[in-house]
Amino acid sequence: MRWLLSTTVVAAGMALAAGSAQAVDLTIVSWGGAYTASQQKAYHDPYMAANPDVNIINDDNAAEGLAKVRAQVESGNVTWDIVDMVAADAITACDEGLIMEIDPDTWLAAAPDGTPASEDFFAGTLSPGGTNCFIPQIVYSTTFGYRTDAFEGDQPSTIADVFDIEKYPGKRSLERRPINNLEWALLADGVAPADVYGMLSTDEGVARALAKLDTIKDQVVWWTKGAQPPQLLADGEVVIASAYNGRLFSAIAEKNQPIAMLWDRQVFDLDGWVVPMGVKDLDAVKAYLYYATDTQRLADQAKFISYGPARYSSAPLVGNHADLGIDMKPHMPTDPNNAKTLFDFDYVWWADHRAELDEVFNTWLAK
Amino acid sequence: MKDLNLSIETGEFLTMLGPSGSGKTTCLMMLAGFEPATHGEIYLNDRPVNKVAPHRRNIGMVFQDYALFPHMTVSENLAFPLRVRRTSKADTEAKVKRALEMVRLPAFGNRRPAQLSGGQQQRVAVARALVFEPDLVLMDEPLGALDKNLREEMQYEIKHIHEQLGVTVVYVTHDQSEALTMSNRIAVFDDGVIQQLASPSALYEEPENCFVAQFIGENNRLYGKVTSVEGSYCRVALDGGGTVFARKIKCEGEGARTILSLRPERVVIAPAEDGTDNSIVGRVQELIYLGDHIRARLAVAGNDEFVVKIPNTERQVDLREGMDVDLGWAADDCRALDAPGQGAQAG
Amino acid sequence: MATGADSIIRTADGVPLKTSLRRATARRRVRTFLLVVPILAFLLITFVFPVIDMLFRSVDNQIVSSVLPRTTLAIQSWDPASEELPPDFVYEALVLDVQDSFEDKTLGRAGRRLNYEQSGVMSLFRKSGRRAKRITEAPFKDQVIAIDNRWADLEIWQLIHQESSKVTASYFLSAVDLQIDYKGEISWKAEERRIYLFLFYRTLWMSALITVFCLLLGYPIAFLLATLPSRHSNLLLILVLLPFWTSLLVRTTAWIALLQSEGVLNDLMVFLGIISEDGRLQMIHNKFGTFVAMTHILLPFMILPLYSVMKTIPSSYMRAARSLGASPFTGFVKVYMPNTVPGIGAGCILVFILSIGYYITPALVGGRTGTFISNIIALHIGETLNWGLAAALGVILLALVLLLYFLYDRIVGVNNMKLG
Repeated sequence: MRWLLSTTVVAAGMALAAGSAQAVDLTIVSWGGAYTASQQKAYHDPYMAANPDVNIINDDNAAEGLAKVRAQVESGNVTWDIVDMVAADAITACDEGLIMEIDPDTWLAAAPDGTPASEDFFAGTLSPGGTNCFIPQIVYSTTFGYRTDAFEGDQPSTIADVFDIEKYPGKRSLERRPINNLEWALLADGVAPADVYGMLSTDEGVARALAKLDTIKDQVVWWTKGAQPPQLLADGEVVIASAYNGRLFSAIAEKNQPIAMLWDRQVFDLDGWVVPMGVKDLDAVKAYLYYATDTQRLADQAKFISYGPARYSSAPLVGNHADLGIDMKPHMPTDPNNAKTLFDFDYVWWADHRAELDEVFNTWLAK
Repeated sequence: MKDLNLSIETGEFLTMLGPSGSGKTTCLMMLAGFEPATHGEIYLNDRPVNKVAPHRRNIGMVFQDYALFPHMTVSENLAFPLRVRRTSKADTEAKVKRALEMVRLPAFGNRRPAQLSGGQQQRVAVARALVFEPDLVLMDEPLGALDKNLREEMQYEIKHIHEQLGVTVVYVTHDQSEALTMSNRIAVFDDGVIQQLASPSALYEEPENCFVAQFIGENNRLYGKVTSVEGSYCRVALDGGGTVFARKIKCEGEGARTILSLRPERVVIAPAEDGTDNSIVGRVQELIYLGDHIRARLAVAGNDEFVVKIPNTERQVDLREGMDVDLGWAADDCRALDAPGQGAQAG
Repeated sequence: MATGADSIIRTADGVPLKTSLRRATARRRVRTFLLVVPILAFLLITFVFPVIDMLFRSVDNQIVSSVLPRTTLAIQSWDPASEELPPDFVYEALVLDVQDSFEDKTLGRAGRRLNYEQSGVMSLFRKSGRRAKRITEAPFKDQVIAIDNRWADLEIWQLIHQESSKVTASYFLSAVDLQIDYKGEISWKAEERRIYLFLFYRTLWMSALITVFCLLLGYPIAFLLATLPSRHSNLLLILVLLPFWTSLLVRTTAWIALLQSEGVLNDLMVFLGIISEDGRLQMIHNKFGTFVAMTHILLPFMILPLYSVMKTIPSSYMRAARSLGASPFTGFVKVYMPNTVPGIGAGCILVFILSIGYYITPALVGGRTGTFISNIIALHIGETLNWGLAAALGVILLALVLLLYFLYDRIVGVNNMKLG
């Protein structure tokens, strides 16, 4: 089997080499839709214009990224060159030895003022969970949107309002997993942000979080795909939903849906590049990454989608939306007004407790 | 179906014979109740059954494909009509046993239909159609799927069962020898109309029209025009030359076109002088030796397909192909019939 | 026979006939075999190998002993039932293993593996990996415990001892809500973590009900298809097959648009006054949604085998039944239906097996109460990368299907099944 696969790889490799002596194909895996489009406009198109010998092939299978990277690395048949992953998956892949470690200062461009890359990316984002296989592109957040026509008078503005079914009646939508939901439940229950993970490390803490979630359990539509919550809000199926902020921005600003943001206790997450172990043409990969993650490129991406660039030096360069012409700064999760009550997500804690809490959460969900 | 008027006597074996598409199966399905009759009435034992549902008519039916139920054993198949009639268990068993004995399959009760040969399946199908003592049994080409030998064997078997039980049978087939073997009466169908209804011998000896003559047995046709009528006989001028004296059966008077029908075995080769009513010359085209008789194909009065059967007796005429011979036959054997498609030379 | 000396029959060129025949047969066999080689290779690569790989993964436990070879060997001399920590040389072995595996980036894999059994091992390993390189000389025990005092817990050592062997039953035990401790005693998991048996049970009974719905809806349609004149039945067949030509996601999304509380059906019922504006029915994101969408998606798989069986039932059977005195109803029940059993069996098995393996549709419309075991398998394959557990769940699902197939064979007979 392995012999067969490697023969196929060699044969395919030779065919490629024979076909085009100089041309380089880079298979870049991302999430498809508006997100890939923003990368195409901000990164791929200018890079290919500057390097005519490089051909970038988009693959929209990032949702299965972790499983496929593992399958490719284990079979020795690595066909993906660069993969877009969320930080949590990158931690898993790095722990499993599936993706390459990255040295930021040799792989990545320094800021225009000469600040080395290791200091220009937001603190800690290059090493989520203590791993160092991840190059962040954007900071996104999982936060709440609500329908502006659902409530008379006061509009929901805090995490406690999300759980207040009497004051703000109507269906909610939450992601079908324990991550974020358990934290929000404790925060809404009055636990101080600093105590959340300590409390969740105990059975009583988990029980308390689930008890809080029990108060809205019947009212929740659980989503599994990022596209679902904005649609549920737009259809009026739910009145409050957790969602990725970029998806909500698109529903609000581009599709003019009666939805507003609720930034309280938003949770930052990172999305960035990883390189599978055993990638075929490492030099080409590094050349692309050097270009695509520099200060200007990251700032450019924010013209097309409301996710914040992960470099300090990119922030001042963020301008107006390319089509709508509106200033993108207030829509960024990193905007000071939005990030006042930011909740500090703990990757390391989740890596330890995911397996157990998945079972607990799913059991709770099923009953 | 047009103008169908048919009455079947109790205990009769009546066959509906005809080419496919002639309406005989439709007629059968009307009797069974699977096809609605648009006009007219169907009576069974003086009871009108037009509005009676098929399962209330008490008519047994044997299908061309037997329609034995594959998920039931032979016994269960036979018991089926009794069970739906709520016959008692003991009665059912006795009747099934008797039916199996009647078709000489007493040991086959526990088999499934698929484990039987074609002939055995056929017998089970017959037994099943009879086991509930129906007023009438319909058989829709029941022997069509069997090979020749088996078919002949089964013909006798069905005939004997019929004689034994005295049940009324309406039988559909397109095989004339089958019809001749088994029936009391035969209804020859064509184009949705009964052409003739008669006993087998009458049908063969005295066909009433050209279709029947042609359909039943072998037949020579000669085309011509009536020149004079003499009582129940007439004189016909053949299209190919010559005059023939024939029985007038179904043709108009003088000047009308007619087709003469003549059985091959009724033609005599080189008849004695003045020994026959008719005499005509034919040229031998082909001779086939068939053991008990010789089959000669001749050209007679423009008909190249004129067949004569010469019995293989001591009195032999030496025939060779290409030879001209005298032919003769009695006026009573030559029947002047209708000429459908007026004057068409081809048959 | 010129060569009368030996009695062997020879062909024209003098080769014994037997040999010649054997060669011809062999050549024919090789040719036949060559014809099936592509499909055989295809099946091996895409089906047999993955299934074997899955079976293997569900018990494979080499990761711990390959990442921590010295430790797993050294710890064998320690009695996990003793109330004492392992001796210093076990800690020494651990330090060397951790240093090596931290260097070649394999430590995290062992950490993740052990973390499935005991939360927190992941971070313990990662922390120890970073700091273990400072430890160079004895005594090791105190220095290791100084990194993290979890190394002074008996539990972690009992776990390492337990998972030292190259095969493990813990994935399978986990898959049926059981756990095993260092003494080899098997017990139920805590009640709030027992999820898999419940999901298996739900998957089975919901799939069974979906199969029944498909049969109830599909049987009359198949009957119509088989009995209508071909002019009409062809059109009907196209309507039946139409869902096959539409993407699964599109169909599922269409059901969401139809059934959701602000959806078409609810709007219509409110408009007609059947329900009030506040009384809109929840027909999606629950079991009902799964039933409706799955029945719709799987219906063709019921109709087609039924249709192909019904098509072969001669119309004379029903006529025969009626001529023998059975009413249309009795004839249908006693004669027609028994002859469709092979189609019912094939359709039910097909729909049931497809149903218990479905995950996209239940994930999208099933909400909290209408999801299947396959959704959890997908989670472990795609997100948590716990392929061992996913494989064990898959093996159990496969075993359940085989068991049902076996029961079906016993009760109805597989020969009695007709797929088309």
